[in-house]
Amino acid sequence: MTDAPLDSALPVFRPGTSDAEIEAAAIKVLQRRKHAVRFWQVAILVGILGLWELSSNRLWIDPFFYSSPSAIVARFYEWVTEGTAEGSLWYNLWVTMEEALIGFVAGSVTGVLVGIGLGRNQFLSDIFSVYIKAINSIPRVVLAPIFIMIMGLGLASKVALAFIMVFFVVFANAFQGVREADRNMIANARILGASNWEVTRTVVVPSAMSWIFASLHVSFGFAIIGAIVGEFVGARFGIGQLISIAKGTFDAAGMYAAIVLVMLVTLVAEFIMTMIENRLAKWRPQQHTDMQ
Amino acid sequence: MKQNASQVPAIELINVSRRFVSPTGKSLTALRDFNMTVAPGEFVAVVGPTGCGKSTTLNLVTGLARPSAGEVRLMGQPVNGIDPRVGFVFQTDALFPWRNVIDNVMAGPLFRGKAHKEAMRSAKDWLARVGLSRFEQHYPHQLSGGMRKRVSLAQTFINEPEILLMDEPFSALDVQTRTVMHEELLRLWAERKASVVFVTHDLEEAVALADKVYVLTAGPATVKSVYPIDLPRPRIVAEIRYEQRFIEYCRTIWEDLRDEVETSYRRASQAA
Repeated sequence: MTDAPLDSALPVFRPGTSDAEIEAAAIKVLQRRKHAVRFWQVAILVGILGLWELSSNRLWIDPFFYSSPSAIVARFYEWVTEGTAEGSLWYNLWVTMEEALIGFVAGSVTGVLVGIGLGRNQFLSDIFSVYIKAINSIPRVVLAPIFIMIMGLGLASKVALAFIMVFFVVFANAFQGVREADRNMIANARILGASNWEVTRTVVVPSAMSWIFASLHVSFGFAIIGAIVGEFVGARFGIGQLISIAKGTFDAAGMYAAIVLVMLVTLVAEFIMTMIENRLAKWRPQQHTDMQ
Repeated sequence: MKQNASQVPAIELINVSRRFVSPTGKSLTALRDFNMTVAPGEFVAVVGPTGCGKSTTLNLVTGLARPSAGEVRLMGQPVNGIDPRVGFVFQTDALFPWRNVIDNVMAGPLFRGKAHKEAMRSAKDWLARVGLSRFEQHYPHQLSGGMRKRVSLAQTFINEPEILLMDEPFSALDVQTRTVMHEELLRLWAERKASVVFVTHDLEEAVALADKVYVLTAGPATVKSVYPIDLPRPRIVAEIRYEQRFIEYCRTIWEDLRDEVETSYRRASQAA
């Protein structure tokens, strides 16, 4: 039956109690625990927001710099209903998302392909490893000014920055995943009759998949960072540009509102990614039953 | 096996040596002047101390590794790359964990260019033979160790190998499951009579299964002695171990093997 993580919370019955009764009690304990977790999650959020609002009202903190939840909501409402200084909020959000998405897709596809290619070819990887290490030690955001100088204020420079942020993470994981592929499994496939390409397709890629997915989770966040940093440095539209303008006009509520918006978008993307991963990885032993 | 004497041997290793050179430049000899002959349909077991190079001999026969000197022949032809007549059962789990049971078993025929329908049909047939028809849609992690081994056997046998190589295939199983798997292996083998090389460190397993037992020396491995096992077939593995002749075989071979095991053990403790 279910292994309740808090076994001590289970009631002890008299000998002879029916299995159904014991099971029902166990399920009840599990459910109670789930509700308790949810309660505390909400309580902590409410507590923090409430404290923030209160201290801002009472001037324990300076509302000019720290704003307050109600002011942020008000600014957000204003952006939604009346638009921002730079046109509609949705347009600005779309610009950032477009940059991030194109960079993310291009970066992860290239990262996976190059990672698998180099992972499968010892000679090439011996040659290129030193260059990859060198380029990888450049902090990516310092490339933003260069990209903007070369590609201008539009889409291309932000896509390039998001691409480069995503590429190295995905590449490194795909490469490692290929290297970790079980040697016996590869030998097995070859003896069963698989060609080199079939070994890559049926053994190496699937076994690298969990590594690749781990990197995709973080790298969508990186794509957003790339897009927004690019917009900080120079852009006409986008969430980064909104933050930049808010900073210029000392509009703390505007900055926080933009940050919350980006946070929500990234959370949704993360959620979608987890769903896709769970669907693809149905062969894996159930490792975590989410206690949410 | 007398009637096979005139035929070409299924597997021949002739004066084979295999040396490894590590990236630091140190060299290691795994096999030295190794000779072995396996007749068609013969079941050969190879026993020797741990780490003496038993598995290396199998890799040479598959074509995954090449001899540094000497020659390996299959059916009279020198080995050149991976031979489609060879099947291999691994010690560890080599099933593809992301494929369910039937897709694992179908892998071989599909790799070899069979039509999907035909592959499916023979996969179902082989799963029935190993008694796993009800588990077609399960993934390997949902099966017990013994069941996974059966899937491995089906995966290998579906290609109908003429040469079957087994590298301590049952060493990870518990004793009861192992005995069941021995019966299963002998039954499957008796249907088609592939030539088998079965590497193991378990002497009783070797005597119970094989027609011939090769005893190897502590590394670098070379053949110390060969014992024909003249026990009648079909054998019932669970019972054969109580027979007087079985016990005699085990005792004789163990006398021989013990020196090598002790040498190997002494070296290991000196190195440590």
